[in-house]
Amino acid sequence: MKIGLFIPCYIDAFYPKTGIATLELLEKLGQNAEYPMDQTCCGQPMANSGCSPDAKMTEELFVRNFAKYDVIVAPSGSCVHHVRDHFDAMEQTADVRHVRQNTYELVEFLHDVLKVRDFPWAEFPHRVGLHNSCATLRSLRTASMSELGEPFFSKPKTLLSAVKGISFATPKRPDECCGFGGTYSVTEEAVSAKMGLDKVTDHHEAGAEYIVSADTSCMMHQQGCAERNGVPIRFIHIAEILNGAKA
Amino acid sequence: MSNKPIPHAKSAAEWIEKEDHYTFHDERLWDMRQKRDEQMHLLPEWQDLREQASRLKEHTLAHLPHYLEQFEENARRNGIHVHWARDGAEHNRIVESLLKKHNKTSIIKSKSMITDECEMREYLEPRGYSVTETDLGERIQQLDGQMPSHVVVPAVQKLTGDVAQLFAKYYDTDPASDDPHELAEAQRIAARPALLTGDTGMTGGNFLVAETGTFVVCTNEGNADLSANLPDLHIATLGIERLIPRMADLGVFIRLLSRSALGSPITQYTTHFRKPKKGGEMHVILVDNGRSDRLAMDDFWSSLKCIRCGACMNTCPVYRRSGGQSYGAVYSGPIGAIIDPTFNAKKFSTLPFASTMNGSCTNVCPVKINIHDQLYKWRQVLAERHEIPFVKRALMKMAGRLLAQPALYRLSISGAEVALKTVPRFALYNYFNQWGKHRELPHPVKETFHSWYKKNRLNKEKGAEKEETEA
Ligand code: SF4
Repeated sequence: MKIGLFIPCYIDAFYPKTGIATLELLEKLGQNAEYPMDQTCCGQPMANSGCSPDAKMTEELFVRNFAKYDVIVAPSGSCVHHVRDHFDAMEQTADVRHVRQNTYELVEFLHDVLKVRDFPWAEFPHRVGLHNSCATLRSLRTASMSELGEPFFSKPKTLLSAVKGISFATPKRPDECCGFGGTYSVTEEAVSAKMGLDKVTDHHEAGAEYIVSADTSCMMHQQGCAERNGVPIRFIHIAEILNGAKA
Repeated sequence: MSNKPIPHAKSAAEWIEKEDHYTFHDERLWDMRQKRDEQMHLLPEWQDLREQASRLKEHTLAHLPHYLEQFEENARRNGIHVHWARDGAEHNRIVESLLKKHNKTSIIKSKSMITDECEMREYLEPRGYSVTETDLGERIQQLDGQMPSHVVVPAVQKLTGDVAQLFAKYYDTDPASDDPHELAEAQRIAARPALLTGDTGMTGGNFLVAETGTFVVCTNEGNADLSANLPDLHIATLGIERLIPRMADLGVFIRLLSRSALGSPITQYTTHFRKPKKGGEMHVILVDNGRSDRLAMDDFWSSLKCIRCGACMNTCPVYRRSGGQSYGAVYSGPIGAIIDPTFNAKKFSTLPFASTMNGSCTNVCPVKINIHDQLYKWRQVLAERHEIPFVKRALMKMAGRLLAQPALYRLSISGAEVALKTVPRFALYNYFNQWGKHRELPHPVKETFHSWYKKNRLNKEKGAEKEETEA
């Protein structure tokens, strides 16, 4: 199985550590992963602004970059949601369909495809609050949703539970959106930032030292809100913990 | 009606500054959502009920003309007068003509969103008719000259202190006394004369039952029953989408409605209206006002399934944090954001963007409207119709071009140091200006993943290949 690694633009630019951890983790698991150098973005910012036609060329580039891989893996739920569910501005060729059907968010790839349950190298002796982005929760469905009353499950938690020393804090509103919302974070910056502050406060008050998530974009926003308001909490991507980061 | 786009972001930003209102509003509505969850957990068949409700509504909408005719026929047989109103203006004229014909001047009215939608008060009052709201929340909003903030709890954005101030102005009560019971009592005392002297009762309605030609009104205060039964003339206004085929279908909706809305098993009053009282008259006005146009919209017709429970508002993290008034519309929150643009795409063009598209609304909706998908669709439609700000359009066009050309993209983010400068300057300026108002920017890093990969994987591989060939 040849894996194409998609590293979204903001991870490339602001959180390269997350990209590196994702790659190293896949390699540790014996996978053959490659990062096509001509990648840029999945097109989501334009499409979410209503400008699908402007997203089209970027989306076509994505398909050109990744059609040759058996699977495409990205450490970002919202990008995967976009590729899978919203890549419809362009003609639905065989390549496009292949890419849409075979793009995975890292957690679901580890959990459902590779079915990894052990990370013997991983140890994280901290209390963490798990943040499921709305894309992973309600679109990719990597965890049960409180609104539906379905039996509890959480793929990220299942993976993290294999990490030595880790413990979990329980926030009051675990499924509440953190307010990032892509371009929403700037079109309605005040509400967005307030939601972010409420979110990090909820985790902090529940005793979390770290917020851990499969979505860096949410955390970039939350971190900004925590720092501006002096909420003492740190942030780490799930790939880094699973790859063995200690702090 | 002004066409200027509603400044949702700005109004919401102002609302957030009112700390006590903000906290109360968010927590009150979240509490309703929690209670809704508790009720859901008590009914193992919850998801089946939602599915049934959704199918029943879809079926009815697909056969709307048939069921409307059936309703009309059966209602007439019961002795109800049935009227059809193409839009709000026609509705208001029908009401006026009924009042004239019967020589009536004062309406006592229970809560109905649709008369607000038709702007009926605004039409009737200058013409010398009085309209008194008998629902406490709606009355509060009426006195304050505001639209309802929420479809179920119209004055939820007000603290008891606000209500005390407001009542003091009109009812001569103590502005400092904010005890909810006293306030409710003040309203009761003030409204009683209007209730007793009002010569026309108006109600909305939750369901029209085609099979029986009856309609059903669900309330908690019982005021609809007073409004409907005290005067001789009862006028009920309902949207044409309120239909259900059979009485046997009603149970599905009744079980879902109040559980979704307030987290209570049922409303205090579920009143069935079948025929006028002795010597009285009963009129039903069926209002279209854009509904049949909406039914023809591929992506948006299913919003007509809505039973106005407000659950999507209660769960919406943006609505809870921005207050209903910020939507500038009769219908606020997620459901408002997808139906308001059908009334006026320019004026309400900002509302589909007043969402993070988190999808919680879709999950709680008892009739399974795909609200967040429709928000996404509306964004596409509005951008296509150029109903989004020019700067944003231009920015997205540029971003789209740049991101489609890897070499140009890399060039635009190369040079100098990475981090903040990695984002092209034009985007950065607009973007981070807004971003940074209430948030810190991400921290600079030394190199991008792209360049790390080049050094640590590509060049290494090449290096390794070289070694191999040399060996
Ligand atoms: S859209 Fe659904 S959740 Fe929202 S008010 Fe209508 S029925 Fe209730």
